[in-house]
Amino acid sequence: MEFPANLMYTDNDEWIRVEGDIGTTGITDYAQDQLSDIVYLEIATAVGERLEKGKTLAEVESVKAAAYVYMPVAGIITEVNEELADTPEMVNSSPFDEAWMVKFEIIDPAELEDLLDATAYEKHCQEREH
Amino acid sequence: MAYIPHTDEDRRTMLATIGLKRMDDLYDAIPQDVRFPDLNLPDPISEMEIMGELRALSEANLEVQHVSCFLGAGAYNHFIPSVVDHTIRRNEFYTAYTPYQPEISQGTLQAIYEYQSLVCNLTGMEVSNASHYDGATALAEAVILALSQHRGKRGKVVLSPAIHPQFRQVVRTYTQGMGLTLVGDESLDNGVEELAGMLDKDTALVAVQYPDFFGRIEDFSKLGEAAQEAGALLCVVVNPLALGLLKPPSDFGADVVVGEGQPLGIPLAYGGPYLGIFTTRKKYVRKMAGRLVGETVDSRGQRGYVLTLTPREQHIRREKATSNICTNQGLMALATTVYLSVMGKHGLRKVAELCYHKAHYAAEQIAALEDYSLWHDGPFFHEFVVNCPRPVTEINDRLLDYDILGGYDLGKDYPALENRMLVAVTEVNSKEEIDDLISALEEITHD
Amino acid sequence: MIEPLIYDLSSPGREGVKLPEVDVPQTAFPEGLTREDLPLPELSEIDVMRHFVRLSQFNHGVDTGFYPLGSCTMKYNPKVNEDTARLPGFAFSHPLQDTETAQGNLALMYALQEWLGEIGGFAGVSLQPAAGAHGELAGILIIRAYHRDRGDDRRTKILVPDSAHGTNPATTTMSGMEVIEIASDERGNVDLKALRGHCDDCVAGLMLTNPNTLGLFEEHVAEVIELIHGCGGLVYGDGANMNALLGVVRPGDLGFDVLHYNLHKTFSTPHGGGGPGSGPVSVLKHLVDFLPDPIVDVIEEGNDEVPPLYGLVRPSKSIGRVKSFHGHFGVAVRAYTYMRIQGKSGLRAVADHAVLNANYLRTRLRDTYHVPYDRICMHEFVAEGWWEDAPQVHALDIAKRLMDFGIHPPTNYFPLVVREALMIEPTETESIEMLDAFTDAMIKIAEEARSDPEILKTAPHNTPFGRLDEVKAARELVLCCRPVDSDPR
Repeated sequence: MEFPANLMYTDNDEWIRVEGDIGTTGITDYAQDQLSDIVYLEIATAVGERLEKGKTLAEVESVKAAAYVYMPVAGIITEVNEELADTPEMVNSSPFDEAWMVKFEIIDPAELEDLLDATAYEKHCQEREH
Repeated sequence: MAYIPHTDEDRRTMLATIGLKRMDDLYDAIPQDVRFPDLNLPDPISEMEIMGELRALSEANLEVQHVSCFLGAGAYNHFIPSVVDHTIRRNEFYTAYTPYQPEISQGTLQAIYEYQSLVCNLTGMEVSNASHYDGATALAEAVILALSQHRGKRGKVVLSPAIHPQFRQVVRTYTQGMGLTLVGDESLDNGVEELAGMLDKDTALVAVQYPDFFGRIEDFSKLGEAAQEAGALLCVVVNPLALGLLKPPSDFGADVVVGEGQPLGIPLAYGGPYLGIFTTRKKYVRKMAGRLVGETVDSRGQRGYVLTLTPREQHIRREKATSNICTNQGLMALATTVYLSVMGKHGLRKVAELCYHKAHYAAEQIAALEDYSLWHDGPFFHEFVVNCPRPVTEINDRLLDYDILGGYDLGKDYPALENRMLVAVTEVNSKEEIDDLISALEEITHD
Repeated sequence: MIEPLIYDLSSPGREGVKLPEVDVPQTAFPEGLTREDLPLPELSEIDVMRHFVRLSQFNHGVDTGFYPLGSCTMKYNPKVNEDTARLPGFAFSHPLQDTETAQGNLALMYALQEWLGEIGGFAGVSLQPAAGAHGELAGILIIRAYHRDRGDDRRTKILVPDSAHGTNPATTTMSGMEVIEIASDERGNVDLKALRGHCDDCVAGLMLTNPNTLGLFEEHVAEVIELIHGCGGLVYGDGANMNALLGVVRPGDLGFDVLHYNLHKTFSTPHGGGGPGSGPVSVLKHLVDFLPDPIVDVIEEGNDEVPPLYGLVRPSKSIGRVKSFHGHFGVAVRAYTYMRIQGKSGLRAVADHAVLNANYLRTRLRDTYHVPYDRICMHEFVAEGWWEDAPQVHALDIAKRLMDFGIHPPTNYFPLVVREALMIEPTETESIEMLDAFTDAMIKIAEEARSDPEILKTAPHNTPFGRLDEVKAARELVLCCRPVDSDPR
């Protein structure tokens, strides 16, 4: 199970890579493992849209579960990963790289402070296991 | 104690294993003050006696095997081939439940897949669910699909006044908590042109019926175009038996086709259980309510079937589910599958044609009577509206003396249609029965 | 060996049923409205019959073997019910024929309404909802209508325990209300502290399943109901688990305001491979006016010589019609037959033996499978399908291996509050021999989990089909054979 140290995390299993004032987001290795084989993905936003923290940016479905992906912080969408809809399996094989979902301009960098670092997130995952 | 196999010995052994003294000890968790109420229910009766009791009750009814039936209005008296009941009486079909464990449910699963395929081919749509409760609730779910498709941003639904009144009532019940605007059916004069004129950027869906509640048929292509322009979905409510003869609604650009499947091999049974048909285009499949069966393979390489896209459903998605439906109308869908299989391409066409010719013969004969006339002169399938010289209830009362069950009193639902009777004719009405109806109607007005 | 699809058995020109020739003058078909092609199969009657008989043989039903599917109450479906439902007076009556000509039907429906009301402790019942989830929808809409009728439209929240069946939160959303999830405590009851925290004047009500989905009678049910009533809310009961309560306790007496029944669970009507069911909804006196439209009522009282005259009546503040016509009458006849044969004493015996059977199984299995809430259960209980020393084996594998013993698996992965859940509901119609055979199979599987886990991971072996690839089905979405190219746009 991977928990890249250079990323920040939410307790809903999203990760965010921050490069300057641009954020990139997707779901974590833990999340894809919990969901198992992803069969469907729909990005629920578009370039130019402003989404507040916690708003739905995508829907992911596996054979046994459905999940929503939420914005880790508020942002204005600058790029959407068009390929993911056709190859949702990438979320399983490459959750932190090829399966990035959206890139956005971070509106309020202060919101980043509420996120978890890799160590805290890993602990959060361990606590959820019985 | 019916159907309970336990002997006194069994009970003793089991209680001892559990570590209890008496059966009542099983209920220590129940509050004492309300435990073991003395229910005011009848004493048991044996199987030998029950048949007599229920036969007497059933004989206190009029039923269509003993009278000529000209009553339709959403439930029709059709011929049901005997293989249908023999199939749904197979224990392995009717005592099974939802096929959650596909390895031991391939009978149910393949039958549903075949149902989905048959119904899609009939309606011209691309996907079908495994059934909904009935035509009315299927229409309500079509509205919900359209709202979901527009992500809640559109709040208006346009309904034709010629959709079955009960179907429109159910749509209103289902949507009462959703803050929607439902328009179109406030006036009988709202035809296709008027409905098209109501479509705008706030309209999620427009719905029409084909044939409509009054039996009329029309081409909805222009409405389909108008809907597409406004970005609204077009839903057509069908009588699936009529589709044996008529163009499928896919030709009009329908997005969703729903209907009542009762005419396809399901008995009248005083109103239920019936069958909600729900079909749509592949692009809306994830917004569709109900179970869905898909094709796959098993570990041995055999083609097989499973419930699929289950994350749409309540048992996974819970409060975000597209619908709360769980148990649907599985056995009725099976009945329809058998009906369509044994009637087939030729049989269904033939049944539809028989209904059409017989209804037109009846309409012509009634129109020729002095005191009756037809309300509408355009094309119709197997139902038509008759302008009567007296209240419909009076005429129907008198018709019973001739062993005839008359048509539906439209005044009950449409204030503008007092003294108008909706007459249905199907393949089971012989020429003699129709002629008897005509002479009875004539005699009645000369009382 | 697989069975071909109905389309694959088709042969051009073949006919099944023959119909008589048209006996009236023919009329021209409407121009431009008739279809050119009707893509339905062409088979003879023998082909159709054989096809469906062979398909049926791939199924496991209650009549094939044990079916302990928790929360579904897969009890024996009496055959006499099938005969009474098919009596012509019932099967061939039209829903819209004048009520005076359907008095037998209405008398039956009225009696059923009365008996269901009596069993649950309720004043009014509607037989209209088509299934449990449908009854739930009616029930929540009734609660909503009640508050609004009193001028209170702030109550938009419904509290739902986290152990609830998925239909509960789904129904809430459909009614336009908000779901607030309430945690369970360590004994499997609704957490009173959590509940207290959420009780305010925005709460319309609570949906409670009792016994709950863990098979346990809520230990604080009186307090829970008092809390909700105390803040002005109403309590909706999910009656799916009534099999444990017949003649034992009446939900209405406990304070439940609304309850739905599942006739296809508690009252023996068949499950049909996915329906039809029937989900009557019952209410206390203050909610009777809001029931779905119509219910059956006495229009004219009878006397010693003349039976009462029954009719269909719209309750004065009805939430409206929830489906076309009156409800699943065919299912109601079956339930009526069952309740008549059981009678008062029989229904109590049903509950007693359902609870006895469940506790017997729990006792015999608890040393092999961990039962997290290990106290007297009601008609079902939940065990965990995993062991620390057999980490590869999951509840799914246990389920698949059970099929090799001719037993339908228990419900898997529900309720969500138990890990690798196996929800086991034997019902009262199973004998001690069957329960012992089930126990033996389960114990053998537990042994195999340690000695030969592969046999579980690759199960089932003795069934006509092996494990099916659900991922492939969801990815490729083949939902229809012979699809028609249908989009003119």
